[in-house]
Amino acid sequence: MKHRPWFLYTMVVFGLAFFYVPILSMIVYSFNASRLATVWGGWSTKWYGELFQNEQVLEAAILSLKIAVVSATAATVLGTLAGFALARVKRFRGRTLFSGLVTAPLVMPEVITGIASLMLFILMAQWIGWPQRRGFSTITIAHITFSLVFVATIIRARLLSMDRDIEEAAVDLGSRPWQVMWDVTLPVISPAILAGWLLAFTISLDDVVITNFTTGPGNTTLPILIWSKVKLGVTPDINALATITVCIVGLGVVVAGLLLNRAEKRRQKDEAMAYQENR
Amino acid sequence: MAAITDPLEDEASRRRRLGRWFHRQGYMQGIIAIPYIWLVAWFLVPFLIIFAMSVATRTPTAPPFGFGGENPLLNWSHYERLFTDSLYIRAYLTSLVNAVAATALCLVIGYPIALGIARASRSWRSILLMLVILPFWTSFLLRVYAWIGLMGTNSWFNEMLTAVWNGLVPQAWELAYVPLMNTNAAVILVTIYSYLPFMILPLYANLERLDLTLDEAAMDLGSRPMRVFWDITLPQSVPGIIAGGMLVFIPACGEFIIPNLVGSASRPMIGAVINDEFAYARDWPMASTVAVALLFLLVVPLMVYTWAEQRAEDKARAREQEG
Repeated sequence: MKHRPWFLYTMVVFGLAFFYVPILSMIVYSFNASRLATVWGGWSTKWYGELFQNEQVLEAAILSLKIAVVSATAATVLGTLAGFALARVKRFRGRTLFSGLVTAPLVMPEVITGIASLMLFILMAQWIGWPQRRGFSTITIAHITFSLVFVATIIRARLLSMDRDIEEAAVDLGSRPWQVMWDVTLPVISPAILAGWLLAFTISLDDVVITNFTTGPGNTTLPILIWSKVKLGVTPDINALATITVCIVGLGVVVAGLLLNRAEKRRQKDEAMAYQENR
Repeated sequence: MAAITDPLEDEASRRRRLGRWFHRQGYMQGIIAIPYIWLVAWFLVPFLIIFAMSVATRTPTAPPFGFGGENPLLNWSHYERLFTDSLYIRAYLTSLVNAVAATALCLVIGYPIALGIARASRSWRSILLMLVILPFWTSFLLRVYAWIGLMGTNSWFNEMLTAVWNGLVPQAWELAYVPLMNTNAAVILVTIYSYLPFMILPLYANLERLDLTLDEAAMDLGSRPMRVFWDITLPQSVPGIIAGGMLVFIPACGEFIIPNLVGSASRPMIGAVINDEFAYARDWPMASTVAVALLFLLVVPLMVYTWAEQRAEDKARAREQEG
């Protein structure tokens, strides 16, 4: 009988409680009838009703989703190209600078990225007349830039761990390099591409600091709206909004995780079968 | 025409042929150039602007800076202010203290959790990992917000803490509530909450790969579990500790949202000082100088990290060659 590390298991339980108690408390208080956010006054769903009639919140949510879809898609394309270049091309002019540019945004404090981008946009408006107004386009550019490096990191790691024999097999069987790319490489890394898109999407949807610097008047994203409200204190409608967000994200992550897991299992089964047949 | 391969052609040359094709067609240049140009335009250029701005002179124009003319071309006075004005020194120290405290506490809390997950059964491991990662996917802002609700003076959490405190201390020290909101302690607490998964995940990745036969051997030779931990598990997990430490320390240093929402206004961190100089004082050169100073604070641990990673890689390669 092996020694069971009860102390460690207790710490795991406490750790998970630490992670989830604040979120659960927030969810419970979103059903609080009292206007005082921290005093319990019985169950009610009225804050949810008020939330869906708040046009400001709905507008902000739509703007956030638009920015997130556009920037995640562009970041996935650019990040996949960058990850491919880093994983497959051992030598090219300026490779050191390039790999630095792909790593640096990961560790750059958001305040600095935000202020630097804002300075650039203001100077550009002065010198070339664009952007006259900051808003959707400037926020999207900033989001693409800092989420593409996350995508590039994921794609690079996947390409480096990929079994290159199947690519060579395709070459041996007469595929043209372009076909190898479309028929072999891209399908193999497609789960990583999906994971990259999801990460870029959530990063964009969640960002406060960089958006705060690159936005202009009249362009309020959901996190910026929440931030400005939270500064004034805890309110029950924010609890309701938070609960909806947490539920959607939680559900999305679980579903995406299950789908990726199933795709991976099917791929492994296919590979095992192909191996058996060819023996 | 389909390529007919020479069976004697080795793997490397086949790989090279694939690579050459991309180069010849110019696709590779495109694949590299598109993200390259994007990152230079929207990341490198703003980054260089910060450095240039830090030696500019503040002027009452719009945008509020100038080079040359009646102004000195390179104006180093902002760096001088950085070391003489106590505002900047205090902000620097507050950031450093908060980040170090949060990193150390994350390690103390996160290590047993990571080890516990690594030692759990295989089916439990993936569930526990999922549970650790899940809150990290939900909005950062909302996780900070959840704590604002808990720390307020009349929340159930604060009442519970107050009851515990009053039960432990002599009557003279009893409190009506525990002052948590708008303190430095609140910043550290919420930073730990937000970045704990960043400590647990690299530690877990490291601990999960450890060879347990060494532990068993030590146990067989009569070592107690604590001794096994200090002599065998801990030394082997140093790369995980360094990786997790970096992932917590770096964002904690430059943290802006957490101190803004739960911190004390009289003890600003560097991020807040950069923002105030830029947005309220409209002093772009000084804001840029403080930003450069923050970057230097991050460069040192990053160099340590790169060095440690390089050493680990070299070691692994040496072991492979031996074996």
